[in-house]
Formats: sequence, structure tokens, C-alpha cells
Amino acid sequence: MSDEAKAAPALPPPAVMSRSVVALGVVALICTLALPQVSNAYVTEVATTALLYVVLCLGLNIVVGYAGLLDLGYAAFFAVGAYTTGILTAEFGFNFWLTIPVAMVAACIAGIIIGTPTLRLRSDYLAIVTLGFGEIVRIIARNLDITGGASGLVGIERPVLFGFRLFQVQHFYYAFLVLALITIFVCLSVERSRIGRAWLYVRYDEDAAAGIGINRVSVKLQAYMMGAVIASVAGCLYAAKMTAISPESFTFAQSLIILLGVVLGGMGRIPGVILGAVLVALLPEVLRGAGTYRPLVTAVALLAIMLFRPSGLWPDKRV
Amino acid sequence: MTFDLVVQQLANGLIVGSFYALIALGYSMVFGVIKLLNFAHGDIYMTGAFVGLVVFSAVGVWLGNGWLAVVCALLASMLVVGLLGVIIERFAYRPVRNAPRLSILITALGASMVLNGGALALTGGRHFAFNTDLGYSGIDISAVHITYTQMILVASALILMGGMQTFISRTMYGKAMRAVSIDMGASRLMGIDVDRVIALTFFMGSALAAGGGVMAGAYYGSVHFFMGFIMGLKAFTAAVIGGIGSVPGAMLGGLLLGLLESFGSSLPFVGSEWRDVFVFGALILFLVFKPTGILGRSVVERV
Repeated sequence: MSDEAKAAPALPPPAVMSRSVVALGVVALICTLALPQVSNAYVTEVATTALLYVVLCLGLNIVVGYAGLLDLGYAAFFAVGAYTTGILTAEFGFNFWLTIPVAMVAACIAGIIIGTPTLRLRSDYLAIVTLGFGEIVRIIARNLDITGGASGLVGIERPVLFGFRLFQVQHFYYAFLVLALITIFVCLSVERSRIGRAWLYVRYDEDAAAGIGINRVSVKLQAYMMGAVIASVAGCLYAAKMTAISPESFTFAQSLIILLGVVLGGMGRIPGVILGAVLVALLPEVLRGAGTYRPLVTAVALLAIMLFRPSGLWPDKRV
Repeated sequence: MTFDLVVQQLANGLIVGSFYALIALGYSMVFGVIKLLNFAHGDIYMTGAFVGLVVFSAVGVWLGNGWLAVVCALLASMLVVGLLGVIIERFAYRPVRNAPRLSILITALGASMVLNGGALALTGGRHFAFNTDLGYSGIDISAVHITYTQMILVASALILMGGMQTFISRTMYGKAMRAVSIDMGASRLMGIDVDRVIALTFFMGSALAAGGGVMAGAYYGSVHFFMGFIMGLKAFTAAVIGGIGSVPGAMLGGLLLGLLESFGSSLPFVGSEWRDVFVFGALILFLVFKPTGILGRSVVERV
């Protein structure tokens, strides 16, 4: 189908951000820095979750928003990171910081194994293969001894930074804030880089992109691996914060929540994705009393966005 | 492996495989016509099982819980869920049919989640018993007992699929379906009512999935809101193995996957908890080495 070609191609964002966006960013940064000082532990906890989702959604946004690939097993890479940290610190006594590069390598390898065969095919296949992959990772985590089986791993070591042990909610809030800022910085730079433009091109017209010499498969694989690495780092920090992880934290539902965050705010746009991530982090708090209706509400939100506002809640004005 | 085990696994594989084949067929038909991976298909199967259970319980008052009630449930569920498929197509898929592929996929995912979440909200996540009384008489092959029920289930699945194949290859509407799957624009120019053909495809695919759902519910004796998730994945795997878009391929793929799964999980070093890993492993291997499947045409399509 050549329908993709009909959609108006979005130009890459201009190099200089408008003054209002910068001002908004500064205000938001000051507020987030001050938050744990002026609020209670509950608010800080929810805000930490929101920052975790900001990282995960930005990572998935590289795959879905930039390269236009649907990944339905994103939580699997999150699990790869969390389990790498969990196993290495709890079973082998590794230092927390050393587990991060190991997790990044592990996520890269997993990304190559899944991505290489499927990215040559239609993008639809990736969706279903990643769905299967997400399940495989969960089943493996449930059934191996080293991952602690269905009950998971406990006693994951808390990270120590320059002799200071991170253990309070506020500590992890700031740790996730730093990770979120790094992720935003990476996304901003990659968005305007050569590879960022290649992603955009491949997304709008694969044939034309191939025609000017872009290696479609390799470009897509890079997006997929970059997303995988970001999720795995988030997983490392998550494991350190929780000190206990179980396979049930990495279900298909988790992957869907992250995808909803990306779609809700506006695929491919950093401010929109951040907004979406914060919204999905608040969702369980808002829907506390909804019980079994919660998945339905999530589902209706996703469908409604796709049908009535496909460019998200905070779309790009120029498109 | 003893002879008994082989016969037993062959029987199990054929039964499970015929369910897979029924679901895979609907997947393949929809994919063939509008090139959409209908994520909601597994949930349509689940909905079919629930509608079947409701009808079964309702008519059970007069008809008991034997074959007559099961057949009533099967036909009613196929009709109701077939219409549900048409409704989903009309209100969720048609508005985005010309949107970028990513939007279509996410919409399909949303439709799937709405069905799944709706079933969870309505049932509270409980397992419901599908108490049939179909008898245990059957034939014995060596030490393996195969009930008539099992044989009838496989036979009905084959009859449904055969009927579908005949419909597609022999009738006017089947011809229209094939035309739309080859070139939608040209079909429209030839005066084919494309929207109607697509609606019909959804009706038939969903009805088949519902049929599979009622049969599986009656066979396993239980229905659950999450039963469609893994089934959808496996049906997709079956469709890929057979060659997606091909009707005989879906049947072949379904039966093969059923056999693969039952023999695979009886191997000494793979327990049944690894069964699903085995299936996805097969899917990935097929995508690497034979993405067109056994009977499929080229799927490496430039978007």
C-alpha cells in the first residue's frame, strides 16, 4: 500500500526550540527538582513512577514514534535490565553500577536476535513477534531457578554512589530524574542527527529511503536496539529501587501501558510523550476504585485516541 | 516414544490443531483482504466462547446439556460474533483504513483490548464452567481411548474449513474476495462493492473464530476472559507457518502447529511449561528461513 506516502511528511523539528518551550522546560525542571522537598512520600513515590514511565515511553518512542515500528513486548527489555541487575547483585555480589553495562549488552543481543529476522519483513510481523518475545521472556523468568521462578528475586543490593547509599524514596526520585534527563538529552540529539532523519524517512516512505541509499534494515535495527538499551537501563534502576522483582511486573499489560503513554501524548514528539508518560503513571492512582474495569478504561482510551485524535493530546502544531 | 504415546499425541495434536486452524483461517482471510493483522481475532474467539456459553446455558433448560445444546450454542455464537466482527470493522477499522500502517495496527490492538477488558469487567476475571455431557464412548487404538466427541470436533472443524474454502473458490462473493485481496482499487473499478466484501470477510472470519471458541470451550469445559490472548498468538503462528493469506495454508499450519506442540512438549527435555516457548521459537525460525510459509506467496512486501 502506498497510503503512507499520502500522509503529509512531518519536517524534523527546527534546531532552535521556541522560547516558550524552553521557558516551560525550565519551569518544569525547577518544579520537579523541588517536588520531594515540598511534598510527602506518597506524592514522591507516584512522581518516581512517573519518571520511570517517562524513561520507558521515551525509549519506546524511538521505536514507535521515530522508526514507526510497533513493539508490543517492550516490557521484555525492561525485564532484561531488571533481571540482569537482580541476578548479578543478589547471586554474584556484583556492584550495582557494573550491572548497567552488562544489562545494556544483554538488551542489545536480545534486540538483535528478535530484530534481525523480523525487520526484513513487513512491520506487522515485528508487532506479533515482539508480543511473543515478551511472553517468552516472562515464561523463562517464571521457570528458571536463577531468576527465582514465579516468586522472583529478592534482596537486590541498593546502589552506593561515592560512599552514599541510595535507599529513600527521594534518593530514587532524583536517580530517576537524572536518568530521565539523560534520556531526554539522548532523544533530543538523536532526533536531529543523521540517523534520526533516516528513521523519519524510512517511516514515511521506505522505498524512497532505500532508493537514496539508506539501509532500511540496519536503520530500523538501530532504532530497535536503542529502545532496548534505554528500557534495560530503566530496568536496572527499577530493580535497585524495588529490591525485589517478579515476572508479573513485566507482563503484556506493562508493555501496553508504555505504548499507551507514547500514543496518548503524541507519537514521535518528546513533550507529548512526556505528557503521556505522566498521565499513564497517574492512571492507576485515579482508577484506584475501578478494580476490574481498569483494563477496559485503558483500552477505550487507546482506541478513542487512535480514532478521534491520532496525533495525540499534544500534537505538533505544524502537522 | 512408545506407539501409545505417539497415537495419544497425534490425537491431541489434531484436536488442538483443528482449533488453531479455525482461528488461523479467520486471521488469514482478513489479512488477505485488507492486509491487516487483526489483533482482536483472539479476543473474538474468546467472545465466541462466552456467547456460546450463555446460549448453551439458556437453551440447556429445554435441551439438556448434550449435543443439541452445543450445536445451538455453536450456530448462535457464530451468528452473533460474526455480526460483532462486522461492527468492529465498521467502527474501528474502516475509519483508519487509509491511515498509516502504524495507526491501523494500534487501532486493532485497541479493539482487542476493548474486547478483552470488557470481558474482564463483565466476568470479574472468573473461570466459567462449560458443563457439557457429550459422553465418553469412543474407540480404542491400542491403549489410547479416543472419544467420538473428539472425532466429531475435528470433523466439524474440517467441515467448516472445507465449506469456507468452497465458498471462496466457487461462489461469486468468494471471487470478489479474491479480487479485493489482489487489488482493492481495481476491484472497485470493476464494480465490486469493496466495503461489503470486507464486511463479509470479517463476518466469516469472526464466525469461524467463534465456532472455534465454542468448540474449545465445550472440549476443555471452561472459559476465561484471557483465553484469547495466547490463542491469538498461536493462530498467527499457524497462519505464518502455513503461509499467511492462504486458506489451505492456514488449515495446514494449524494442524502442523498442533502436532508440533503436542509432540514437542512430550519430548523428555521440554516440559509442558515450555510449550509456548516452543511455539514462538517455531514462529521465529519460520520467519528467518521461510517467511512465506509452506503454501504462501511472497510476503516480503515493500510498503
